[in-house]
Amino acid sequence: MNVPVMILGMALINLAIRWPVYLLANHFRFPPLIERALAFVPVAVLTAIIVPTVLFPKDGRAIDFSWHNPALIAAVIAGGVSWRTKNLFATIGIGMVAFLLLRWLLPI
Amino acid sequence: MVPEGGAATETASRRHELLTGLRDTLPLMFGSIAFGMIFGTLATAAVGPWPAMAMSLFVFSGSAQFIAILLLGTGSGLWVIWFATLVLNLRHLLYAATLVDEVRHLSQAWRFPLAAFLTDETFAVMERRYRTQGGGRNAHWYYVGSCLGMYVNWQIWTIVGITVGTQFPDIQNWGLEFAMVVSFIGIVVPLLVNLPYWAAAATAGVVAVVANPLPYKLGLMLAALLGIAVGLVLDLRKRGLDSTRTATESAPWTIQS
Repeated sequence: MNVPVMILGMALINLAIRWPVYLLANHFRFPPLIERALAFVPVAVLTAIIVPTVLFPKDGRAIDFSWHNPALIAAVIAGGVSWRTKNLFATIGIGMVAFLLLRWLLPI
Repeated sequence: MVPEGGAATETASRRHELLTGLRDTLPLMFGSIAFGMIFGTLATAAVGPWPAMAMSLFVFSGSAQFIAILLLGTGSGLWVIWFATLVLNLRHLLYAATLVDEVRHLSQAWRFPLAAFLTDETFAVMERRYRTQGGGRNAHWYYVGSCLGMYVNWQIWTIVGITVGTQFPDIQNWGLEFAMVVSFIGIVVPLLVNLPYWAAAATAGVVAVVANPLPYKLGLMLAALLGIAVGLVLDLRKRGLDSTRTATESAPWTIQS
């Protein structure tokens, strides 16, 4: 394996994905239907990242949908804090503290 | 906004935006400490310290870097690794499409770095900023603050992983990556304002779990696309039923240029 070529290729592929939309921004606008669809991108993508991270333990074991899963309980708490306060830093702070406490308290 | 007080105020405004962007990205920087260290450690074992560093400097994509090291270990070829990089990062197309209206007015010299340094974390931070505070004359400096924070942070923890990573064998179990989860929760929950958004989130969450075994984060992409589709359909139906709306608003598929 030629590692420098591999790295160069990966760097170029990443640019090829990230750059064109900004590069061509002056030459086109998305149709209104696409613009409506894009409004759902943050909710859809971030939720699709959050949920598996919370439900699947890192060691590749099966899904853990129980109160023994500290990530699940802490995520629910963080969701509640965010719903009530709409405050990002309170959500992060309380969510993190809850997670670390629960991991320490809950029997694995 | 009207500039006042000339260059000094302008510099202060830029610095303020830059530092605010950096501050708002801090929890996510914290969240990638473990990823950076683990990557540095694994990559050094697989390809040596300099290629490991080069990947963080030039590829700057945590998930693609990890999968490349993993695939190298299984003896995969160049094209498999490149394909994985492409599929893994397709979601950045959606990010760029979502943010493009906010960078359209900038010069190409600005847009290039803002595109090249776009990550999951910076997208989440920027989307929230534009939504809650709008653009503003120097919003792109806030964007720079977020990118710089993520980039420098990623390099630092890669170096730490390369140099002393083997001394922290259980860093995966410290729970640092949970900072990313709670940050994203704090960004998503306030967005759940009506049924279409709830449905988009529920669809994306369920599909992401069901499709989790798919390789190359294809499950993530599938979940995102289905979530967006469900949200859009419900949104269009809601608008269709809402007959009090002005007719001028509903003209789909007209391409403006």
